[in-house]
Amino acid sequence: MTAGHLLAAGQTTSTGASVAFWLLAVISVAAGLGMVLARRAVYCAVLLAVVMLSLAILYAVAGAPFLAFVQIIVYTGAVLMLFLFVLMIVGVSARDSMRETIPGQRLAAGVAGIGLLVLLGLIVGHAAIGPAAPAGTGYGVNNVRGLATLIFTRYVFPFEVTAALLITAALGAMVLAHRERTRPKPTQRELAEQRVAGGRPSPLPGPGVYARHNAVDFPALLPDGSPSEVSVSPIIAAREHEMQAGPAAPLPPGGDAANGAASEPDSAGSEPEEVRP
Amino acid sequence: MSPSHFVALAVILFVIGAVGVLVRRNALVIFMCVELMLNAVNLAFVAFARLHANLDGQVIAFFVMVVAAAEVVVGLAIIMAMFRARRSASVDDANLLKY
Repeated sequence: MTAGHLLAAGQTTSTGASVAFWLLAVISVAAGLGMVLARRAVYCAVLLAVVMLSLAILYAVAGAPFLAFVQIIVYTGAVLMLFLFVLMIVGVSARDSMRETIPGQRLAAGVAGIGLLVLLGLIVGHAAIGPAAPAGTGYGVNNVRGLATLIFTRYVFPFEVTAALLITAALGAMVLAHRERTRPKPTQRELAEQRVAGGRPSPLPGPGVYARHNAVDFPALLPDGSPSEVSVSPIIAAREHEMQAGPAAPLPPGGDAANGAASEPDSAGSEPEEVRP
Repeated sequence: MSPSHFVALAVILFVIGAVGVLVRRNALVIFMCVELMLNAVNLAFVAFARLHANLDGQVIAFFVMVVAAAEVVVGLAIIMAMFRARRSASVDDANLLKY
Protein backbone atom coordinates (compact mmCIF):
# COMPACT_ATOMS: atom_id res chain seq x y z
CA MET A 1 0.00 0.00 0.00
CA THR A 2 2.95 2.33 0.35
CA ALA A 3 3.17 2.58 -3.40
CA GLY A 4 -0.48 3.60 -3.54
CA HIS A 5 0.07 6.29 -0.98
CA LEU A 6 3.15 7.42 -2.83
CA LEU A 7 1.15 7.81 -5.97
CA ALA A 8 -1.66 9.53 -4.14
CA ALA A 9 0.77 12.03 -2.68
CA GLY A 10 3.01 12.81 -5.61
CA GLN A 11 0.83 11.67 -8.42
CA THR A 12 2.85 11.29 -11.65
CA THR A 13 6.10 9.37 -11.70
CA SER A 14 7.66 8.56 -8.39
CA THR A 15 10.59 6.18 -8.51
CA GLY A 16 8.98 3.82 -6.01
CA ALA A 17 5.98 3.39 -8.26
CA SER A 18 8.04 2.73 -11.36
CA VAL A 19 10.29 0.26 -9.56
CA ALA A 20 7.19 -1.56 -8.33
CA PHE A 21 5.72 -1.51 -11.82
CA TRP A 22 8.75 -2.96 -13.60
CA LEU A 23 9.33 -5.58 -10.93
CA LEU A 24 5.70 -6.70 -10.93
CA ALA A 25 5.45 -6.56 -14.71
CA VAL A 26 8.35 -8.97 -15.06
CA ILE A 27 7.00 -11.23 -12.32
CA SER A 28 3.48 -11.34 -13.72
CA VAL A 29 4.55 -11.97 -17.31
CA ALA A 30 6.93 -14.72 -16.19
CA ALA A 31 4.25 -16.31 -14.04
CA GLY A 32 1.74 -16.06 -16.89
CA LEU A 33 4.14 -17.78 -19.28
CA GLY A 34 4.84 -20.43 -16.69
CA MET A 35 1.11 -20.97 -16.29
CA VAL A 36 0.74 -21.69 -19.98
CA LEU A 37 3.77 -23.97 -20.03
CA ALA A 38 3.45 -25.86 -16.73
CA ARG A 39 2.19 -29.38 -17.18
CA ARG A 40 0.55 -29.90 -13.81
CA ALA A 41 -2.69 -28.07 -13.19
CA VAL A 42 -1.73 -27.27 -9.58
CA TYR A 43 1.37 -25.41 -10.73
CA CYS A 44 -0.86 -23.46 -13.10
CA ALA A 45 -3.15 -22.50 -10.21
CA VAL A 46 -0.25 -21.36 -8.02
CA LEU A 47 1.28 -19.33 -10.85
CA LEU A 48 -2.11 -17.78 -11.53
CA ALA A 49 -2.17 -16.75 -7.87
CA VAL A 50 1.20 -15.04 -8.38
CA VAL A 51 -0.16 -13.15 -11.39
CA MET A 52 -3.27 -12.08 -9.49
CA LEU A 53 -1.34 -10.90 -6.44
CA SER A 54 1.06 -8.85 -8.53
CA LEU A 55 -1.88 -7.37 -10.42
CA ALA A 56 -3.41 -6.42 -7.08
CA ILE A 57 -0.27 -4.47 -6.17
CA LEU A 58 -0.30 -2.89 -9.62
CA TYR A 59 -3.85 -1.70 -9.01
CA ALA A 60 -2.66 -0.06 -5.83
CA VAL A 61 0.17 1.57 -7.77
CA ALA A 62 -2.29 2.84 -10.36
CA GLY A 63 -4.38 4.52 -7.72
CA ALA A 64 -7.05 1.89 -7.11
CA PRO A 65 -6.53 0.64 -3.54
CA PHE A 66 -10.12 -0.58 -3.24
CA LEU A 67 -9.78 -2.73 -6.35
CA ALA A 68 -6.47 -4.02 -5.04
CA PHE A 69 -8.18 -5.37 -1.95
CA VAL A 70 -11.12 -6.71 -3.91
CA GLN A 71 -8.66 -8.44 -6.21
CA ILE A 72 -6.93 -10.13 -3.30
CA ILE A 73 -10.12 -11.08 -1.48
CA VAL A 74 -12.29 -12.13 -4.42
CA TYR A 75 -9.76 -13.48 -6.88
CA THR A 76 -6.92 -14.85 -4.83
CA GLY A 77 -9.10 -15.69 -1.87
CA ALA A 78 -12.32 -17.03 -3.33
CA VAL A 79 -11.94 -17.79 -7.03
CA LEU A 80 -8.56 -19.43 -6.79
CA MET A 81 -9.55 -21.48 -3.76
CA LEU A 82 -12.56 -22.68 -5.74
CA PHE A 83 -10.20 -23.65 -8.54
CA LEU A 84 -8.02 -25.58 -6.12
CA PHE A 85 -11.02 -27.37 -4.59
CA VAL A 86 -12.20 -28.50 -8.01
CA LEU A 87 -8.65 -29.51 -8.89
CA MET A 88 -8.54 -31.72 -5.82
CA ILE A 89 -11.85 -33.30 -6.79
CA VAL A 90 -10.93 -33.79 -10.42
CA GLY A 91 -7.55 -35.22 -9.48
CA VAL A 92 -4.27 -33.45 -8.94
CA SER A 93 -2.05 -36.06 -10.44
CA ALA A 94 -3.72 -35.87 -13.84
CA ARG A 95 -1.06 -34.42 -16.10
CA ASP A 96 -1.96 -32.65 -19.25
CA SER A 97 -0.84 -34.92 -22.04
CA MET A 98 1.46 -33.09 -24.39
CA ARG A 99 0.47 -35.13 -27.42
CA GLU A 100 -1.04 -32.95 -30.09
CA THR A 101 -4.42 -34.24 -31.19
CA ILE A 102 -4.73 -31.71 -33.99
CA PRO A 103 -1.49 -31.64 -35.98
CA GLY A 104 0.16 -28.25 -36.01
CA GLN A 105 -2.23 -26.85 -33.42
CA ARG A 106 0.48 -25.51 -31.16
CA LEU A 107 2.31 -23.83 -34.00
CA ALA A 108 -0.91 -22.27 -35.26
CA ALA A 109 -1.72 -21.09 -31.74
CA GLY A 110 1.71 -19.51 -31.44
CA VAL A 111 1.30 -17.74 -34.78
CA ALA A 112 -2.16 -16.55 -33.77
CA GLY A 113 -0.76 -15.32 -30.45
CA ILE A 114 2.02 -13.36 -32.16
CA GLY A 115 -0.51 -11.95 -34.62
CA LEU A 116 -2.77 -10.87 -31.76
CA LEU A 117 0.17 -9.34 -29.94
CA VAL A 118 1.21 -7.36 -33.04
CA LEU A 119 -2.37 -6.25 -33.68
CA LEU A 120 -2.99 -5.09 -30.12
CA GLY A 121 0.45 -3.53 -29.93
CA LEU A 122 -0.22 -1.52 -33.07
CA ILE A 123 -3.58 -0.42 -31.74
CA VAL A 124 -2.12 0.66 -28.41
CA GLY A 125 0.84 2.27 -30.16
CA HIS A 126 -1.41 4.28 -32.43
CA ALA A 127 -3.67 5.34 -29.61
CA ALA A 128 -1.16 7.94 -28.39
CA ILE A 129 -1.82 7.41 -24.71
CA GLY A 130 -0.46 10.50 -23.07
CA PRO A 131 0.67 11.05 -19.52
CA ALA A 132 -1.90 10.60 -16.79
CA ALA A 133 -4.14 13.52 -15.99
CA PRO A 134 -3.61 15.02 -12.53
CA ALA A 135 -5.31 12.75 -10.03
CA GLY A 136 -8.90 13.79 -9.46
CA THR A 137 -10.95 13.75 -6.33
CA GLY A 138 -11.48 10.00 -6.39
CA TYR A 139 -7.81 9.13 -6.02
CA GLY A 140 -5.84 8.75 -2.85
CA VAL A 141 -7.68 8.58 0.44
CA ASN A 142 -11.07 9.28 -1.14
CA ASN A 143 -10.97 6.27 -3.46
CA VAL A 144 -13.49 4.14 -1.58
CA ARG A 145 -15.82 7.07 -1.03
CA GLY A 146 -15.67 8.03 -4.69
CA LEU A 147 -16.35 4.48 -5.84
CA ALA A 148 -19.27 4.15 -3.44
CA THR A 149 -20.75 7.40 -4.70
CA LEU A 150 -20.53 6.19 -8.30
CA ILE A 151 -21.87 2.71 -7.59
CA PHE A 152 -24.87 3.97 -5.65
CA THR A 153 -25.73 6.83 -8.01
CA ARG A 154 -24.82 6.45 -11.65
CA TYR A 155 -24.29 2.69 -11.63
CA VAL A 156 -27.05 1.75 -9.23
CA PHE A 157 -29.05 -0.17 -11.82
CA PRO A 158 -26.12 -2.38 -12.95
CA PHE A 159 -25.36 -2.88 -9.28
CA GLU A 160 -28.89 -4.16 -8.64
CA VAL A 161 -28.71 -6.42 -11.69
CA THR A 162 -25.52 -7.87 -10.22
CA ALA A 163 -27.57 -9.27 -7.37
CA ALA A 164 -29.76 -11.19 -9.81
CA LEU A 165 -26.64 -12.43 -11.59
CA LEU A 166 -25.08 -13.73 -8.38
CA ILE A 167 -28.28 -15.50 -7.33
CA THR A 168 -28.57 -17.07 -10.77
CA ALA A 169 -24.97 -18.23 -10.63
CA ALA A 170 -25.39 -19.75 -7.18
CA LEU A 171 -28.56 -21.56 -8.25
CA GLY A 172 -26.92 -22.75 -11.46
CA ALA A 173 -23.94 -24.13 -9.59
CA MET A 174 -26.22 -25.93 -7.15
CA VAL A 175 -28.24 -27.48 -9.97
CA LEU A 176 -25.14 -28.51 -11.91
CA ALA A 177 -23.31 -29.95 -8.92
CA HIS A 178 -26.35 -31.73 -7.55
CA ARG A 179 -26.45 -35.47 -7.97
CA GLU A 180 -29.73 -37.32 -7.76
CA ARG A 181 -29.71 -40.19 -5.26
CA THR A 182 -30.66 -43.25 -7.27
CA ARG A 183 -30.96 -45.67 -4.38
CA PRO A 184 -32.14 -45.04 -0.84
CA LYS A 185 -29.50 -44.09 1.69
CA PRO A 186 -28.34 -47.21 3.59
CA THR A 187 -29.26 -47.21 7.25
CA GLN A 188 -26.75 -47.88 9.99
CA ARG A 189 -28.21 -51.34 10.52
CA GLU A 190 -27.79 -52.22 6.85
CA LEU A 191 -24.23 -50.97 6.91
CA ALA A 192 -23.43 -53.12 9.95
CA GLU A 193 -25.01 -56.21 8.42
CA GLN A 194 -23.12 -55.62 5.20
CA ARG A 195 -19.91 -55.37 7.13
CA VAL A 196 -20.43 -58.60 9.06
CA ALA A 197 -21.55 -60.42 5.93
CA GLY A 198 -18.47 -59.21 4.09
CA GLY A 199 -15.13 -60.90 4.57
CA ARG A 200 -13.62 -58.51 7.11
CA PRO A 201 -15.68 -57.21 10.02
CA SER A 202 -12.64 -55.62 11.66
CA PRO A 203 -10.99 -52.42 10.49
CA LEU A 204 -8.14 -52.70 8.00
CA PRO A 205 -4.64 -52.99 9.47
CA GLY A 206 -2.71 -49.78 9.79
CA PRO A 207 0.33 -49.21 7.60
CA GLY A 208 3.79 -49.85 8.92
CA VAL A 209 2.82 -52.16 11.79
CA TYR A 210 5.82 -54.29 12.78
CA ALA A 211 7.60 -53.19 9.64
CA ARG A 212 10.86 -51.29 9.56
CA HIS A 213 9.20 -47.86 9.37
CA ASN A 214 5.76 -46.69 10.33
CA ALA A 215 5.31 -44.44 7.32
CA VAL A 216 1.90 -44.42 5.62
CA ASP A 217 3.30 -45.90 2.43
CA PHE A 218 4.89 -48.83 4.22
CA PRO A 219 2.82 -52.02 4.33
CA ALA A 220 2.28 -53.73 7.66
CA LEU A 221 3.83 -57.15 8.22
CA LEU A 222 1.63 -60.15 8.82
CA PRO A 223 2.66 -62.76 11.46
CA ASP A 224 4.38 -64.83 8.80
CA GLY A 225 6.44 -61.82 7.74
CA SER A 226 4.70 -61.19 4.45
CA PRO A 227 3.57 -57.62 3.75
CA SER A 228 -0.13 -56.94 4.02
CA GLU A 229 -1.24 -55.12 0.90
CA VAL A 230 -4.54 -53.92 2.33
CA SER A 231 -2.73 -51.86 4.97
CA VAL A 232 -1.64 -49.22 2.46
CA SER A 233 -4.27 -46.86 1.11
CA PRO A 234 -4.89 -47.61 -2.58
CA ILE A 235 -4.36 -43.94 -3.42
CA ILE A 236 -0.87 -43.99 -1.95
CA ALA A 237 -0.10 -47.31 -3.59
CA ALA A 238 -1.12 -45.89 -6.96
CA ARG A 239 1.05 -42.84 -6.40
CA GLU A 240 4.02 -45.03 -5.45
CA HIS A 241 3.65 -46.78 -8.76
CA GLU A 242 3.57 -43.48 -10.54
CA MET A 243 6.62 -42.17 -8.72
CA GLN A 244 8.71 -45.24 -9.42
CA ALA A 245 10.41 -45.49 -12.77
CA GLY A 246 7.49 -45.56 -15.14
CA PRO A 247 7.53 -48.54 -17.49
CA ALA A 248 8.85 -51.04 -14.92
CA ALA A 249 6.69 -53.99 -13.96
CA PRO A 250 3.99 -53.02 -11.44
CA LEU A 251 5.16 -53.75 -7.94
CA PRO A 252 2.96 -54.61 -4.98
CA PRO A 253 1.92 -51.62 -2.85
CA GLY A 254 4.94 -50.27 -1.12
CA GLY A 255 7.12 -51.55 -3.92
CA ASP A 256 10.69 -52.49 -3.22
CA ALA A 257 10.39 -51.19 0.31
CA ALA A 258 8.16 -54.12 1.09
CA ASN A 259 10.69 -56.59 -0.25
CA GLY A 260 13.41 -55.04 1.85
CA ALA A 261 11.33 -55.26 4.98
CA ALA A 262 10.29 -58.81 4.32
CA SER A 263 13.78 -60.05 5.07
CA GLU A 264 13.75 -59.13 8.73
CA PRO A 265 10.51 -60.41 10.16
CA ASP A 266 12.36 -62.89 12.38
CA SER A 267 13.52 -60.17 14.70
CA ALA A 268 9.98 -58.94 15.15
CA GLY A 269 8.52 -62.41 14.95
CA SER A 270 8.16 -63.19 18.63
CA GLU A 271 5.60 -60.73 19.90
CA PRO A 272 3.41 -60.04 16.87
CA GLU A 273 1.93 -63.51 16.92
CA GLU A 274 -0.17 -62.99 20.02
CA VAL A 275 -1.39 -59.55 18.97
CA ARG A 276 -2.31 -60.40 15.42
CA PRO A 277 -5.26 -62.70 14.98
CA MET B 1 5.68 5.17 -15.93
CA SER B 2 2.63 6.41 -17.78
CA PRO B 3 -0.66 4.53 -18.25
CA SER B 4 0.65 3.29 -21.59
CA HIS B 5 3.00 0.96 -19.73
CA PHE B 6 0.07 -0.52 -17.87
CA VAL B 7 -1.82 -0.98 -21.12
CA ALA B 8 1.20 -2.67 -22.71
CA LEU B 9 1.42 -5.07 -19.76
CA ALA B 10 -2.30 -5.74 -20.08
CA VAL B 11 -1.84 -6.54 -23.78
CA ILE B 12 0.95 -8.98 -23.05
CA LEU B 13 -1.01 -10.76 -20.32
CA PHE B 14 -4.09 -10.92 -22.54
CA VAL B 15 -2.10 -12.52 -25.35
CA ILE B 16 -0.55 -15.03 -22.95
CA GLY B 17 -4.02 -15.97 -21.76
CA ALA B 18 -5.33 -16.28 -25.29
CA VAL B 19 -2.46 -18.54 -26.35
CA GLY B 20 -3.06 -20.63 -23.24
CA VAL B 21 -6.70 -21.08 -24.16
CA LEU B 22 -5.67 -22.24 -27.61
CA VAL B 23 -2.86 -24.54 -26.53
CA ARG B 24 -3.96 -26.26 -23.32
CA ARG B 25 -6.44 -29.11 -23.24
CA ASN B 26 -7.23 -29.45 -19.56
CA ALA B 27 -10.54 -27.65 -19.10
CA LEU B 28 -9.45 -26.25 -15.73
CA VAL B 29 -6.26 -24.77 -17.13
CA ILE B 30 -8.19 -23.27 -20.04
CA PHE B 31 -10.48 -21.70 -17.50
CA MET B 32 -7.52 -20.28 -15.61
CA CYS B 33 -6.25 -18.75 -18.84
CA VAL B 34 -9.66 -17.13 -19.35
CA GLU B 35 -9.30 -15.67 -15.86
CA LEU B 36 -5.91 -14.31 -16.83
CA MET B 37 -7.47 -12.58 -19.85
CA LEU B 38 -10.17 -11.07 -17.63
CA ASN B 39 -7.51 -9.80 -15.26
CA ALA B 40 -5.57 -8.24 -18.11
CA VAL B 41 -8.66 -6.39 -19.27
CA ASN B 42 -9.23 -5.20 -15.71
CA LEU B 43 -5.72 -3.83 -15.62
CA ALA B 44 -6.41 -1.92 -18.83
CA PHE B 45 -9.58 -0.50 -17.31
CA VAL B 46 -7.72 0.66 -14.23
CA ALA B 47 -4.96 2.18 -16.37
CA PHE B 48 -7.45 4.09 -18.51
CA ALA B 49 -9.28 5.27 -15.40
CA ARG B 50 -5.96 6.63 -14.17
CA LEU B 51 -5.32 8.21 -17.57
CA HIS B 52 -8.52 10.20 -17.45
CA ALA B 53 -8.38 10.60 -13.68
CA ASN B 54 -11.95 9.56 -13.11
CA LEU B 55 -13.34 6.52 -11.38
CA ASP B 56 -15.71 5.06 -13.97
CA GLY B 57 -13.06 2.67 -15.23
CA GLN B 58 -12.54 1.36 -11.72
CA VAL B 59 -16.27 0.80 -11.32
CA ILE B 60 -16.34 -1.16 -14.58
CA ALA B 61 -13.37 -3.24 -13.40
CA PHE B 62 -15.28 -3.92 -10.20
CA PHE B 63 -18.28 -5.15 -12.18
CA VAL B 64 -16.00 -7.31 -14.31
CA MET B 65 -14.75 -8.93 -11.11
CA VAL B 66 -18.31 -9.64 -9.98
CA VAL B 67 -19.21 -11.18 -13.33
CA ALA B 68 -16.00 -13.20 -13.31
CA ALA B 69 -16.81 -14.60 -9.88
CA ALA B 70 -20.26 -15.69 -11.07
CA GLU B 71 -18.77 -17.12 -14.24
CA VAL B 72 -16.19 -19.13 -12.32
CA VAL B 73 -18.85 -20.67 -10.11
CA VAL B 74 -20.95 -21.86 -13.04
CA GLY B 75 -17.97 -22.87 -15.15
CA LEU B 76 -16.41 -24.97 -12.42
CA ALA B 77 -19.76 -26.64 -11.79
CA ILE B 78 -19.94 -27.50 -15.50
CA ILE B 79 -16.40 -28.89 -15.40
CA MET B 80 -17.33 -31.03 -12.40
CA ALA B 81 -20.43 -32.32 -14.15
CA MET B 82 -18.29 -33.08 -17.17
CA PHE B 83 -15.76 -34.87 -15.01
CA ARG B 84 -18.49 -36.97 -13.43
CA ALA B 85 -19.83 -38.00 -16.80
CA ARG B 86 -16.52 -38.62 -18.59
CA ARG B 87 -14.01 -39.23 -15.74
CA SER B 88 -11.72 -36.71 -17.39
CA ALA B 89 -11.23 -32.97 -17.47
CA SER B 90 -9.73 -32.92 -20.94
CA VAL B 91 -11.65 -30.96 -23.51
CA ASP B 92 -10.80 -33.59 -26.10
CA ASP B 93 -12.97 -36.14 -24.32
CA ALA B 94 -16.05 -33.96 -24.10
CA ASN B 95 -18.14 -34.66 -27.13
CA LEU B 96 -21.55 -34.64 -25.50
CA LEU B 97 -22.65 -32.39 -22.69
CA LYS B 98 -24.93 -34.21 -20.36
CA TYR B 99 -24.76 -35.45 -16.85
